[in-house]
Amino acid sequence: MSTTADRQLQLNSQGQLRHFLNINGLDRALLTEILDTADSFASVGEQAVKKVPLLRGKVVANLFFEASTRTRTTFELAAKRLSADVLNINISTSATSKGESLKDMLQNLEAMACDMFVVRHSQSGAPHFIAEHVCPGVAIINAGDGRHAHPTQAMLDMYTIRRHKGQFEGLNVAIVGDVLHSRVARSEIKALNTLGVNEVRVVAPKTLLPTNVESLGVKVFHTMREGLADADVVIMLRLQRERMQTALLPSEKEFYQRYGLSRESLQFAKPDALVMHPGPINRGVEIESEVADGAQSVILNQVNYGIAVRMAVLSMAMSGQVAEKNILQAKR
Amino acid sequence: MRKGMKTAQVNMSILGGRLIDPFNNRDEVVDIHVANGTIVALGAAPAGFEAEQVLSAQRSVVCPGFTDLSARLGEPGFEQKGTITSETTAAVKGGVTHLCCPPDTFPVVDSQAVVRLILDHTAQFGRCLVSPIGALTKGLAGEQLSEMASLKEAGCVALSNAWQPVKSNQVLRRCMEYAATFDLTLFVNAHDASLAEGGCAHEGTVATRLGLPSIPETAETIAVVSHILLAEQTGIRLHFSQISSRTSAKLIAEAQQRGLAVTADVAIHQLLLSEEDIDHYNSLGHCMPPLRTKADQQGLREAVSAGVVQAICSDHRPHEKAAKSKPFAETEPGISGLETLLPLSLRLVDEGLLDLFTMVQRLTTGPVGVLGLARKGLAVGEKADLTVFDPEKRWQVSEETLISSGKNTPFLGEFMKGAVLATVRNGTLVYED
Repeated sequence: MSTTADRQLQLNSQGQLRHFLNINGLDRALLTEILDTADSFASVGEQAVKKVPLLRGKVVANLFFEASTRTRTTFELAAKRLSADVLNINISTSATSKGESLKDMLQNLEAMACDMFVVRHSQSGAPHFIAEHVCPGVAIINAGDGRHAHPTQAMLDMYTIRRHKGQFEGLNVAIVGDVLHSRVARSEIKALNTLGVNEVRVVAPKTLLPTNVESLGVKVFHTMREGLADADVVIMLRLQRERMQTALLPSEKEFYQRYGLSRESLQFAKPDALVMHPGPINRGVEIESEVADGAQSVILNQVNYGIAVRMAVLSMAMSGQVAEKNILQAKR
Repeated sequence: MRKGMKTAQVNMSILGGRLIDPFNNRDEVVDIHVANGTIVALGAAPAGFEAEQVLSAQRSVVCPGFTDLSARLGEPGFEQKGTITSETTAAVKGGVTHLCCPPDTFPVVDSQAVVRLILDHTAQFGRCLVSPIGALTKGLAGEQLSEMASLKEAGCVALSNAWQPVKSNQVLRRCMEYAATFDLTLFVNAHDASLAEGGCAHEGTVATRLGLPSIPETAETIAVVSHILLAEQTGIRLHFSQISSRTSAKLIAEAQQRGLAVTADVAIHQLLLSEEDIDHYNSLGHCMPPLRTKADQQGLREAVSAGVVQAICSDHRPHEKAAKSKPFAETEPGISGLETLLPLSLRLVDEGLLDLFTMVQRLTTGPVGVLGLARKGLAVGEKADLTVFDPEKRWQVSEETLISSGKNTPFLGEFMKGAVLATVRNGTLVYED
């Protein structure tokens, strides 16, 4: 039921993407289309003029209710390479601190003829809320909501895996660390399963796993030795320091010894396993420097691919939203 | 269906209805005659009786007015959500003639002044009987005893700390001892604040998928256990309000078997909805306690059927639109439930869980017993507080059909079977369809 609702909200009446909120509800063909489109944009950054005119005349507003440097920057670059006008709105100094509700603020921006909102919010479901109840005529791109989803990060990780492994069939992917608080993990798990990998695993102590995590479509492991055995891809998650204060972990040291990715623990995986991390990385907390910078690491490639993948998502959602408006106008 | 338009106390006859009165164990078609607010005859009218108002109740049920153990009115302090006028009007439309309002108003119900304010406003503007539940601790802060004896004297029917935590088990124990001294009942929303901290949804598959901060079942069950043990020690009468887990129901059943004075109610929506109903961030399904699993729903249903849970309540919480129009976790919990209490309870009858008589029990004798009131139902000499409903009448829940200020219900748009045709309070017609 949820899948149907997620599908209906994100796609227009022709089945094209018009909001990108969540991997849930999107099928394998559409995820593959995003990856293929990203492929076609991947070379734009290498050209002398790093621009294509797909979003010329469109206004994209970056609405970051939660701090971010990398994600915001790559979205901005992606929009600019598509020739859009970009507004960066710093929410902490803006209206909501004056007591204006989220709804009122966004409706004002919509009235200023913004065509697309890139939204990051600390509350799970905030971009859904905006797409469904506030600004249905504006294309909404989820740039991370609470613990729920970070679909563009997941897609750039899928892109990275496809670039380096060629395909998804047969792969074993281990996701290690703080799954409980991770929107990246939730989106990756859904995307990996949709794209048809052999097995998705999570490796963490029970305090960092949500209740019924198996229901997301993963196998659960509590040791690196078992969890990384025969793994083709190892995705490390960022561990935030405040987890020690909230009785989830005893110390960084104990966590690193058991769940950190070091040269030793990487030996449990296949010799050609990819090492990935959505960043920003904590060297010596979840990953050893030598591994982060090592031959198997594709962490910096991930950042680079992020622009192409976001260009793909922005252009597809804008075109789906425009198509829907044209259909509605034709009906009138 | 009626003759005459008077709304004052007049001689009234209710004719041809099926009387279901659990107070007197009656279920039969019989006429009822009312004079000066009091029932004067069942069956034939007394000699010389002339009805100025006649309600035809054929093919309908006539029963004692419903008693709702938890309905928030908005007043005082949250008038944007509802007022005594608007919400008691919704109550009588739902067949409720007596409701209890929790103490978490602003200011909280921890002084005689606030109790009197509510009772005075009710006397002036209210359509049904309103009984405030007093605060267990001053300001609901969970630290100092409230003036319990004074609250009782002013009209509080029970005490509760609502959803606010009591600071320690020592304070809770003292509260129980003091309340027991004055023969007061403690209403408990069983809730361990530390386990529930920051949560807004049941800790289970749906919250995991949606990435919502969650409330584990143990937040409720641990509090149920500690309250039962302390009640056993202190001898207080304990009533669990709006339980949500099947384990709680089992623990309460065990306490009852041990002979402890422990009762419980459940909100009607907990018997019909589950965690699935908050899917897609549906904030109308955001309530406290959270909607739990289908297995919990089944366990609660069995407890209602077996009588472990004596009462079904609306747990009515009206909200203004803006309170539900935010990202899920930021929305305010609660469902506007007074007007759907009856038709939703009738679904339990349709589904074979309860017979009609037992359903009426859970809405009348059950809650009245919890409050320890000496009511005799629809008997000669008693005040006429009654409800006439058509169990087959269909209607659609919509913002237009709801009278309550709160349109916040996940049943919006659904068709209901069963509607109140008339509500009589103290012999006065206070609602008519």
